[in-house]
Amino acid sequence: MTASQSSSELCSVPALLARNASQYGARPAYREKEFGIWQSWTWAETSVEIEALALGLLNLGVAPGDHIAIIGRNRPYLYWSMVAAQSVGAVPVPLYQDAVAEEMAYVLDHCGARFVIAADQEQVDKVIEIQDRLETFEHMVYLDPRGLRKYDHSKLHQFSHVQDQGRAARDELMSELDKRRSGLDYDSTCVMLYTSGTTGKPKGVVLSNRNIIETAKNSSEFDSLVAGDEVLAYLPMAWVGDFIFSIGQAYWAGFCVNCPESADTMMTDLREIAPSYYFAPPRVFETQLTSIMIRMEDAGPFKKRLFKRFMDHARKVGPKLLDGESVGAMDRIMYRLGEWTTYGPLKNALGFSKVRVGYTAGEAIGPEIFDFYRSMGINLKQLYGQTEASVFITQQPDGEVRSDTVGVPSPGVELKIAENGEVYYRSPGVFVEYFKNADSTAGTKDAEGWVATGDAGFIEKDTGHLRIIDRAKDVGQMASGALFAPKYVENKLKFYPNILEAVVFGNGRDECTAFLNIDLTAVGNWAERNNIAYASYQELAGHPEVLAQIEGHIAEVNASVAGDEMLSGCQVHRFVVLHKELDADDGELTRTRKVRRRIIEEKFADIITALYDGSPQVSTETEVTYEDGRKGSIKATLEVRSAKTVPVTVSKVAAE
Amino acid sequence: MKDTEGYVTADGRQIGGTLMEMKNITLRFGGVVAIKDISFDVHEGEIRAIIGPNGAGKSSMLNVISGFYTPSEGEVWYQGAKRPQMKPYEVARMGVARTFQNIALFEGMTVLDNVMTGRLTHMNASVLSQAIWWGRAREEEIENREKVERVIDFLEIQHIRKTPVGRLPYGLKKRVELARALAAEPSLLLLDEPMAGMNVEEKEDMSRFILDVNDEFGTTICLIEHDMGVVMDLSDRVVVMDYGKKIGDGTPDEVRNDQAVIDAYLGVAHD
Repeated sequence: MTASQSSSELCSVPALLARNASQYGARPAYREKEFGIWQSWTWAETSVEIEALALGLLNLGVAPGDHIAIIGRNRPYLYWSMVAAQSVGAVPVPLYQDAVAEEMAYVLDHCGARFVIAADQEQVDKVIEIQDRLETFEHMVYLDPRGLRKYDHSKLHQFSHVQDQGRAARDELMSELDKRRSGLDYDSTCVMLYTSGTTGKPKGVVLSNRNIIETAKNSSEFDSLVAGDEVLAYLPMAWVGDFIFSIGQAYWAGFCVNCPESADTMMTDLREIAPSYYFAPPRVFETQLTSIMIRMEDAGPFKKRLFKRFMDHARKVGPKLLDGESVGAMDRIMYRLGEWTTYGPLKNALGFSKVRVGYTAGEAIGPEIFDFYRSMGINLKQLYGQTEASVFITQQPDGEVRSDTVGVPSPGVELKIAENGEVYYRSPGVFVEYFKNADSTAGTKDAEGWVATGDAGFIEKDTGHLRIIDRAKDVGQMASGALFAPKYVENKLKFYPNILEAVVFGNGRDECTAFLNIDLTAVGNWAERNNIAYASYQELAGHPEVLAQIEGHIAEVNASVAGDEMLSGCQVHRFVVLHKELDADDGELTRTRKVRRRIIEEKFADIITALYDGSPQVSTETEVTYEDGRKGSIKATLEVRSAKTVPVTVSKVAAE
Repeated sequence: MKDTEGYVTADGRQIGGTLMEMKNITLRFGGVVAIKDISFDVHEGEIRAIIGPNGAGKSSMLNVISGFYTPSEGEVWYQGAKRPQMKPYEVARMGVARTFQNIALFEGMTVLDNVMTGRLTHMNASVLSQAIWWGRAREEEIENREKVERVIDFLEIQHIRKTPVGRLPYGLKKRVELARALAAEPSLLLLDEPMAGMNVEEKEDMSRFILDVNDEFGTTICLIEHDMGVVMDLSDRVVVMDYGKKIGDGTPDEVRNDQAVIDAYLGVAHD
């Protein structure tokens, strides 16, 4: 039986590496653009590099069960570090590289990391700043020696030197490495990932080899991923998705992971690599679409007409073609022509020429945005997942893609909906435990292995697709008894290119109100076009014409919300465009850019009061944290505006 | 030379022996005396600053070092030998690279091409070879491109590699200019007001790059700067000039407490 065979032999990532090195030895495993050229490593070379590092780690004294924190942007060396850590029986703990020292201190202390592998001086400095508070911390390995020459090297080691020492000590340590590697089984810990935590402190999610490998296997089969596929690894390494795509699936299917040169060159690198399997949160697709639209506005009239003509046609027939439905011959010819003149070049410019499977998840994606990409023939699908599930809970099969559902249960996943509407799941990917937090583990996962997602949703009867309404704890009731689901309204607002972020309030109140952030790229471009001068985000956000535009968007959203019987009470009556962008550094968003409602409510309590007491404006002062951790404050007087709402009779009838 | 011994800086860096020595330099333009009998030395591996109020003669001094001006009197000693009268390109060949106060890049060329020009002194292929892109020219280009890419990586300008310089903001242009100078692999790097016109963040970045260059490649750096905070933080030793004369020379702390320097900056009546 293949299943038992695979579980007996391929029960750890290092075991998969050994298989790939022998089976796909000459195929590329990693590429990274450095010094202007794509440097690449085959699976065989990767295996040698990882082994040298693993030996080096043994030489440094890594013991089985130690936690090794890994901090930095996506680089092959850091992926190797994770696998090397696993090889010596340690647990890799990737951290968010943009976390400030304080956040890092909590995680490093909580997992008791003895070793840290950091990318560069910036990360090394952060760890040094907090090292006195870390009782278990011993050694740090760094990748880029730049600026670190003068540092005290008693606890600090250069990555390549650790590898050199490992190679030198090969004869002495090889037997120990073999012993450690063969000691790994399906139940040993594969990785520990900290959840971004919309509430409270981050929790360390322990995922076993079984979780990762079973999930990788199932999901690779679902989308028939093969060794020839290419992905671009650009999402934070600390995020479970990146771990599954760039390690789990990559090692299972044996495909190549490409790392961009730097965060700024991501779009260029994407285009050069043209991945066949691509993942991005909705925000990335939104940004790309916004930049296309802005550039099209600068194009000549002929190009504009061409673009409009063929995009309209694509919207009409593109999704049908993708889903394999029948389309008239004339429409097909037109679409082919469009592919030749418009879609093809556009996809090429975006780096989507070869995308066979594309996923978006994490947040709801705007239907217009979703359809835009699908109409050009990009097989973009949605999935719904969590760190605790090793990502996959539901996903959309080819041919059954819609913007308002998140798909059918992934292979091996069981779903159930609780009385209160909360979604529960059970799967081979369900996490082992929260590290050093038995209470939370018990609160999330019951004895039968069912895990609460914390999201409210329902399964569509005729299609079997799951639809998510909102976070279960955010769903509330208004004073009138009407259902309050802020995310539903926020997503509708965020689909406007002008609006970057929205936070809707109204739980237990008579009416809903909202905070908004404008999108500086989109609104800034509009301002430039209309000769509106502005010096800062704050000034542009307070411009009367901008406010008028936003007011219009809200009125439209209200009209659309009013059409939904269940949620018609959630129309936004009054709003404020905030004087600063909500930022993860200020704790207002999580590192994955999800809104932290409670913190925002506390922090901007004065503005919320003004939203409900009818005052026309509010003066406020807000503390901000700069990237280097220093604090400052912004003072502003904000205009509180009212938006047009649609009188609702339906909900009252329902309430009576 | 008398003083070829190095010294150890406050932060524990070992500085080497004398790299360059200016001996009694005087520079006249007709009746105007721009530099009057100035002597100072630059040690290997140090960051040496030249400061002074407007019109003190700092840029003239830098131009003397780079060979753009020939001093009316005095001698320049470089790497232990007296430097004969030279053209600027000959000085560049000796390993002296510079940046300019008001950026002097090729606006229409990409960042990459601009930085490549910094390698010109290292290219020896014949015109014919370069024209048909064969043999020596090709090997050299590959070799030099690799060096240039390392500089680009070092200064973190990968994302603008293929962008024409004319489209870049001021702060980035300054960085490209530094990249071009670095590409020449200089033994002495002259920076003429590297922070001029920059905002605080850009200044912080630039300071870091200057320190990193010194640290990573051991490049000796001689810089002119107005921002006193930057000068005092960056440099190991400072020469202070006023009205073409040297009025102070020493570590930042010594210079800061020197009465003549304070007078020059705060202003006293001149006779």
